[in-house]
Amino acid sequence: MNPVRLAVVSSGLSVPSSTRLLADRLAEAAGRRLAQAGRGVEVETVELRELAVDIAGNLVTGFPAPTLRRAVEAVTRADALIAVTPVFSASYSGLFKSFFDVLDRDALVGKPVLAAATGGTARHSLALEYALRPLFAHLRAAVTPTAVFAAPEDWGSAGDSRTAALAGRIGRAAAELAALAAAPRPEPAADEEVVPFDRQLEALRTGPR
Amino acid sequence: MQFGIFTVGDVTPDPTSARTPTEHERIKAMVAIALKAEEVGLDVFATGEHHNPPFVPSSPTTMLGYIAARTERLILSTSTTLITTNDPVKIAEDYAMLQHLADGRVDLMMGRGNTGPVYPWFGKDIRDGIPLAVENYALLRRLWQEDVVDWEGKFRTPLQGFTSTPRPLDGVAPFVWHGSIRSPEIAEQAAFYGDGFFANNIFWPKDHFRRLIDLYRRRFAHHGHGTPEQAVVGLGGQAFIRRNSQDAVREFRPYFDNAPVYGHGPSLEEFTEQTPLTVGSPQEVIEKTLEFRESFGHYQRQLFLMDHAGLPLKTVLEQLDLLGEEVVPVLRKEFAVGRPAEVPAGPTHAARAARGAGEQR
Repeated sequence: MNPVRLAVVSSGLSVPSSTRLLADRLAEAAGRRLAQAGRGVEVETVELRELAVDIAGNLVTGFPAPTLRRAVEAVTRADALIAVTPVFSASYSGLFKSFFDVLDRDALVGKPVLAAATGGTARHSLALEYALRPLFAHLRAAVTPTAVFAAPEDWGSAGDSRTAALAGRIGRAAAELAALAAAPRPEPAADEEVVPFDRQLEALRTGPR
Repeated sequence: MQFGIFTVGDVTPDPTSARTPTEHERIKAMVAIALKAEEVGLDVFATGEHHNPPFVPSSPTTMLGYIAARTERLILSTSTTLITTNDPVKIAEDYAMLQHLADGRVDLMMGRGNTGPVYPWFGKDIRDGIPLAVENYALLRRLWQEDVVDWEGKFRTPLQGFTSTPRPLDGVAPFVWHGSIRSPEIAEQAAFYGDGFFANNIFWPKDHFRRLIDLYRRRFAHHGHGTPEQAVVGLGGQAFIRRNSQDAVREFRPYFDNAPVYGHGPSLEEFTEQTPLTVGSPQEVIEKTLEFRESFGHYQRQLFLMDHAGLPLKTVLEQLDLLGEEVVPVLRKEFAVGRPAEVPAGPTHAARAARGAGEQR
């Protein structure tokens, strides 16, 4: 069985970044779950910081420069996607959104997606639910029920009686993603090269001839 | 093989002087550019059609009629004629009239137009773009081919017993190209009718256009008009030429950096590497243009965009001197090398009228 192609998109800006740290933890956990299910995994990580100028260029010109094109192709052909953004001004970062703006609009259709975010305070955690989840729903991706938010204190605390610790939430989300990614997905119907012209004409026919 | 220029007709400030030409100056400049094209031995001048600022060419046949009266050989064309928002009846009439005035030196390129508000301004909906292009063009063909037309469609008031006048010159309708940047449906439309297909081939990497042209060639053969190699292909291109490559780069850079469409984005160096734009010596333009044949196969028409981004008229005329005297003569010779006999020449009225007299469809 082919290995699962897992794309990881991280839009953290600092180096090192806690956004990338979270992305790596999620990828590692998802890979472990898939391995337990007997599936290999190929991880391709896309650091949007390195593509920031190309992404802006694509917005202006309408086409991706070669480096960005390779990243777009990696995400488009992936079997599953982990997408992680810092929360800026109560939502995903502009760089994160711009990357998804330059994808083909069908690039994520049916694709299992795990959305995650980091932020300066746990009070931003619902940005995952009101910003990222609708974005991926609009792109018709299959978003995991669990989205993962990491606030600063999460990196140094155990859970409490009501909340699992970060590692527990990562494990749950990764298991959900692995289950979606391992499930056989219907092959996309082979695209007809073009709608034959007589059918285009037929669609415009009015009244009896 | 035909060579020429196509213009968008934009009124853009010159970034080096911050001066914006008046509409009057720009219109007169477009005419001067067309006359220069004939003077330096180019074959084709094509004008865009727009119905919003900062563009001036809202009335292409008026401009082309004026140019026709002042030229002898130049083929007058469009880039593009809006088949979606224009009434096909008016297109049939206007271009047949132009064809008579220009003694057949007329063809046109159909396009949909991508400016959202233009559609409602003309009573249409941009979401109907493809169906409008399909229906309107089907009617346009009938208006040129049939003396009396009864017609009913989705988008226009029906016609009963209508004759579009004047009838096309020598009974041969103007040759039609279909231009598209991304729609396979339009490549299919061109292939279905055996019309020409034009890929603007500027601003984007050529791989993108190669897919569309390959599709058009395959479907041209599928619809029984000949081999894929016999399909009629036109390409755009964009160049800024000085004798010395460094001079070209230095002079064009401020225009590039501030240009509509791609300005304030990638660097000139990145853009010339990734797209068909050439900024350099005549030899560099020749080399890049010859590569088009490697990518797209033998083709029939090459149009260059030479006058956008606020370049002053004087500079554009100098560009045309270099294009006509140093680039195109070499391209004519090189493109003739290894060109199979069955590959058709660029379409002309004279050749089509002669063929029509033979076939008498």
